[in-house]
Amino acid sequence: MSTTAITALLDSWLNRQLADDAAAWLRETLQRSELDGAGTRALFIAFSLTGRRCGRVDLLVNDSDKKAADAARPLWNPSGWSLDQVVRTRLVLAIPATEPRVWLTIMDQLFAAAGLEELVALYQALPLLPHQALLAPRIAEGLRSNMTAVFNAVALNNPIASEQLTIDAWNQLILKALFVNSPVKRIVGAERRANGVLAQMLIDYARERYAAKRPIPVDLWDAARPGCDARQRVDLDQLQASASAVTP
Amino acid sequence: MKLIDPHVHMSARTTDDYEAMRDAGVVAVIEPAFWVGQPRTTLGSFQDYYASLIGWERFRAAQFGIRHYCTMGLNSKEANNEALAAEVLEILPLFASKDGVVAIGEIGYDDQTPAEDKVFRKQLELAKELKLPVMIHTPHRDKKRGTARSMDVCIEHGLKPSSVIVDHNNEETVKECLDRGFWAAFTIYPKTKMGNERMVEVVRTYGKERIIVDSSADWGVSDPLAVPKTARLMLERGIPKDQVEATCYGNAILAYGPSGQFNESDWLTPASIDQRMLFEGNSVLRGQQPKIEDRVTKGLIS
Repeated sequence: MSTTAITALLDSWLNRQLADDAAAWLRETLQRSELDGAGTRALFIAFSLTGRRCGRVDLLVNDSDKKAADAARPLWNPSGWSLDQVVRTRLVLAIPATEPRVWLTIMDQLFAAAGLEELVALYQALPLLPHQALLAPRIAEGLRSNMTAVFNAVALNNPIASEQLTIDAWNQLILKALFVNSPVKRIVGAERRANGVLAQMLIDYARERYAAKRPIPVDLWDAARPGCDARQRVDLDQLQASASAVTP
Repeated sequence: MKLIDPHVHMSARTTDDYEAMRDAGVVAVIEPAFWVGQPRTTLGSFQDYYASLIGWERFRAAQFGIRHYCTMGLNSKEANNEALAAEVLEILPLFASKDGVVAIGEIGYDDQTPAEDKVFRKQLELAKELKLPVMIHTPHRDKKRGTARSMDVCIEHGLKPSSVIVDHNNEETVKECLDRGFWAAFTIYPKTKMGNERMVEVVRTYGKERIIVDSSADWGVSDPLAVPKTARLMLERGIPKDQVEATCYGNAILAYGPSGQFNESDWLTPASIDQRMLFEGNSVLRGQQPKIEDRVTKGLIS
């Protein structure tokens, strides 16, 4: 994965879709932030103004774009991104990253002052950033969020969680996704990281819901199954049969 | 009837309030940055408060089908902590230029001290720089003079009256406010400020031009349904429907729309990215939210 390849790909999409005045604004902003150095007020304000300058339409991606994305950054899928999110990602990638700690401080400041839309753009862009190994605390912070949109930006269609999280954190991610009704099918790497502890947590959760006469998330069964041992599989099947007998 | 509450401190309110407001027809709210009932002592408290206005509260409102906007500013009470105020004014431009920030506010005077005056003027300059409207908080005490002075200072700093919303008006201040071309907002707030019967008479006297109704509901004894209740009372007491719609919906769009951040299409036809971000899992769109009345009569919590 190289920042240059990702940046080039983002630029090619922006060339295709960005209006002339927005493209000129972005060009000027990037040039100015290069001159001023990183972390300047100009870059922060540009980051805030992106939606207004560039519009918030959906990014158009075809199959070859998706292939190119996956080649530039394995498992990256830009479907569902909006144009302002692409621009915000482009701005973030312009922050000099040669000094990892300096870079991380600037990123933290950007996160601390971010609105909801900006948080979603930032968390969604995590897999494209340099210094991936430094991002584990940030990933955890995003997953702790009570704003489902922010949680989803880290958890769904985003490979970074499955790559960076410890097994305990990963298991919490899956369980929380079910709690907040996020589609587990869109979590990248779920099959690969399935495990017996997680399976037991999900079985316990299904039992709890069943006892409370509350509906059990439909995604739970498929999420639990790959990690089950033989005994857990029997439990899971029994639970699913009893639950489906109550709730059609 | 669609309604807007263009001044309400939702951070201080419960989800029951959001449900009741939505059921009563409120589609959008503006939450002005204010103090929190007691003075803050560090810059970090301000920073996190401002971030919550553009983050968590926006998300929370969307869960109830209500679009949440805010204003950014340093209020007059806390302007009196001069050292801290200077720090807050440093970070304010960063937050004031965020999406969904529709004005600089609520700013103005409390005790009308020199420190308040200084901070007020600095923020008027910021509003000019960012091309944002201004929401004025007029003082509780020495109100008439404080209101006139707020308008004088706005003119002195070259702001157009049409870009300034003067809030917390009453019968004694409204005439000057309208005569000078400012927006006159009224806070329907039990015991202090305005009652809604008086509000009906203000609209009967002055009509719909540049008059705005809001609740300013917060952590005090206040009513998040003040706008719907006032709209209903106006209709019952013979105020024409177009005047009710203007004072309880349309005028807020005219006043705050010039920010470029407050568009009717945001809630009538939201962008698909907004729908993905804000309305995912939103029961309003699935239409299965029980009415509050039902839940109370049945007494069930499931």
